Amino acid sequence: MLKIKNLHANVEGKEILKGINLEIKAGEVHAIMGPNGSGKSTLASVIAGKEEYEQTEGEIILENEEISELEADERARKGVFLSFQYPVEIPGVSVTNFIKTAINETRKAQGLEEMPAKDMLKKIKEKSELLEIKRGFLSRSLNEGFSGGEKKRNEIFQMAMLEPKFAMLDETDSGLDIDALRIVSNGVNKLKTKDNAVMVITHYQRLLNYIVPDFVHVLMDGKIVKSGGKELAHKLEEHGYDWIKEEMKMA
Amino acid sequence: MNELRFMDLKDKLISSFYAYEDHLQVTDQVHDVKVQAIKDFETLGFPKKKEEAWKYTSLNKLLKQDYNLFAQVEDALDYKEVKKYFIHEIDTYTIVFVDGVYASQLSSTTHDKIDACLMSSAMEKDKYADLLEKYFNKIAPKSGLNALNTAFARQGAFINIPKNTVADKPIQIINFSTGKENNLMIQPRNLIVVGENAQVEIIERHQSLTENPVFTNSVTEIFVDKRGMLDFYKIQNDTHHASLIDNTFIKQMAETHCSVHTFSLGGALTRNNLEFYQKGEHSNSILKGVTLIEGKQHVDHNTLVHHTQPNCESHQDYKGIYDEKSVGVFNGKVLVEKIAQKINAYQSNNNILAHDDATINSKPQLEIFADDVACSHGCTIGQLDEEALFYLKSRGIPAKEARALLTYAFANNVLESVKIGAIKKRINKLIANKLNVNLGFDL
Ligand SMILES: Nc1ncnc2c1ncn2[C@@H]1O[C@H](COP(=O)(O)OP(=O)(O)OP(=O)(O)O)[C@@H](O)[C@H]1O
Ligand SMILES: [Mg+2]
Repeated sequence: MLKIKNLHANVEGKEILKGINLEIKAGEVHAIMGPNGSGKSTLASVIAGKEEYEQTEGEIILENEEISELEADERARKGVFLSFQYPVEIPGVSVTNFIKTAINETRKAQGLEEMPAKDMLKKIKEKSELLEIKRGFLSRSLNEGFSGGEKKRNEIFQMAMLEPKFAMLDETDSGLDIDALRIVSNGVNKLKTKDNAVMVITHYQRLLNYIVPDFVHVLMDGKIVKSGGKELAHKLEEHGYDWIKEEMKMA
Repeated sequence: MNELRFMDLKDKLISSFYAYEDHLQVTDQVHDVKVQAIKDFETLGFPKKKEEAWKYTSLNKLLKQDYNLFAQVEDALDYKEVKKYFIHEIDTYTIVFVDGVYASQLSSTTHDKIDACLMSSAMEKDKYADLLEKYFNKIAPKSGLNALNTAFARQGAFINIPKNTVADKPIQIINFSTGKENNLMIQPRNLIVVGENAQVEIIERHQSLTENPVFTNSVTEIFVDKRGMLDFYKIQNDTHHASLIDNTFIKQMAETHCSVHTFSLGGALTRNNLEFYQKGEHSNSILKGVTLIEGKQHVDHNTLVHHTQPNCESHQDYKGIYDEKSVGVFNGKVLVEKIAQKINAYQSNNNILAHDDATINSKPQLEIFADDVACSHGCTIGQLDEEALFYLKSRGIPAKEARALLTYAFANNVLESVKIGAIKKRINKLIANKLNVNLGFDL
């Protein structure tokens, strides 16, 4: 599904990603963990195509296509999705209008007609029920005044609507209360198929009890320094990152 | 050199007035007013750049041209061709002028419960003599441009909403120019009287149908009596060859509500002199605008709210999006007299420069002589938010559409307060056309 080879990226002239290699196959869930400031969100943004983040080296291959040169919107229309750690507030645009525009622009690019209003409504209803989102919520301005948890839930609602091939969830668990965490994780699991893939960025093992990863990677100082199965997350939860640093020194 | 050219047009106007004053076909009484006006214009002249209120807007280019002052329209316009300029989705009264001359076949006037008709016919009828005496040329302050309009105005809309009457439909005033007469100067003159506890909604548009330059110097005087309500919508979406100076003056009495929305989406040079005079307690003035221009277009909002009575409010909210080499000016003056205590005056002017070459000059002017007032003003100049653009693009929305969406969002709160759905829809459409997008929904 997604192959990343020797990815380097600069932010404001400073190198943040220092050679990342990662392969995520269809049907898999990968978790990325790592200390604050290690470059997790940067990695997700670079994959999503954020322009200010300059990719200086390496390749990003989505289903056999190198997408490094594509604009963010083109990547999105090819099935890349990022659930933001900090979703932007956009006053004046309602959630519904926003999601309609996103879906119809994607269809337009694929040479399809706009989605009939009836189908759109049905889909919105179905997906908002999946995430237990109240009706009135969807007519509010996008993220404006949303609580932290509401923002995250709204991100996953958008994911449900857009049905991406490759979804990155950047700290989607932060800000969610216990019930919301269960609802949102359940939503993500329901969307999961053998044909798509998910990359979850998180600090806590708790989320991974719900969204169970096939692989866990540790990102430190712009590099993946350790990979393992889901038990690695337990170990990190218990012991933190110091032991990895020690291991690295030894090597 | 320029000064000399200025003199040329000014002199030409003055001598034309005397040579053609019989074209004006007015009563003796009005004739006297006009003669006085041309004398005033002779003294006051056109605004000069050194005047503070004209610092950022130069009429130089406009005044260098020669204009035909007394156009004669030969062929009637076909409604089918100009229908798109009307808010035709709803039932309205229409008062339409072509090259400054009344176009009866495009108009639908009334004298039934309200008067929505022509200035010329109002001036002929005795029953309006009283109203004209009281308000015509009494609300507009003395200025060169107003005097020029008074001298030359041949036609305009006369609207009179009697006491306790709610106008049953909105009224549209549309001025077309056909350019059959090369360069054209038109000076419409409107008078609107809203009686005690009466209500009306008015839509105004100036539309050129030609590539030839058109220079419109329009004056609208409005009087709103106690507890009256006025909602005025100005749609300015003219060609790159048409320039407009819109002078609108509103005198409002106690407990009145008056709002003016100005949508400036096109025109060569557009200057809005919009002035509110509050003459009674508990009155409310609302001034809102969206400016969205590109190319070398120039839009200037010069507003005044004069608070002369206590316990009143005014709200100004102007949004501007400037692309390419366009220029915006906002000069908002709020004047609070000493006796006008407990005033709540709010002014905000937010701008987006969508291009490095675009300019905005924003200048709030608060002159407050009362001590117990709440006045606030805020001005921002910025770009479209890059983070927000990335967010939208990351959902598959292309850059152009993402920009459009943010532009809509930016202008949204001004549109929200438009009470007529058909106008909201129209403005949405005009903005979408300008931004070359089809978002498939209205905000
Ligand atoms: N726009 C920016 N300008 C300057 N520095 C930036 C910018 N974005 C990220 N950085 C820097 O890049 C580094 C990596 O940031 P990033 O947000 O990717 O970390 P993270 O691993 O997601 O951290 P956290 O766990 O706190 O979310 C940090 O040192 C951060 O300060
Ligand atoms: Mg992060």
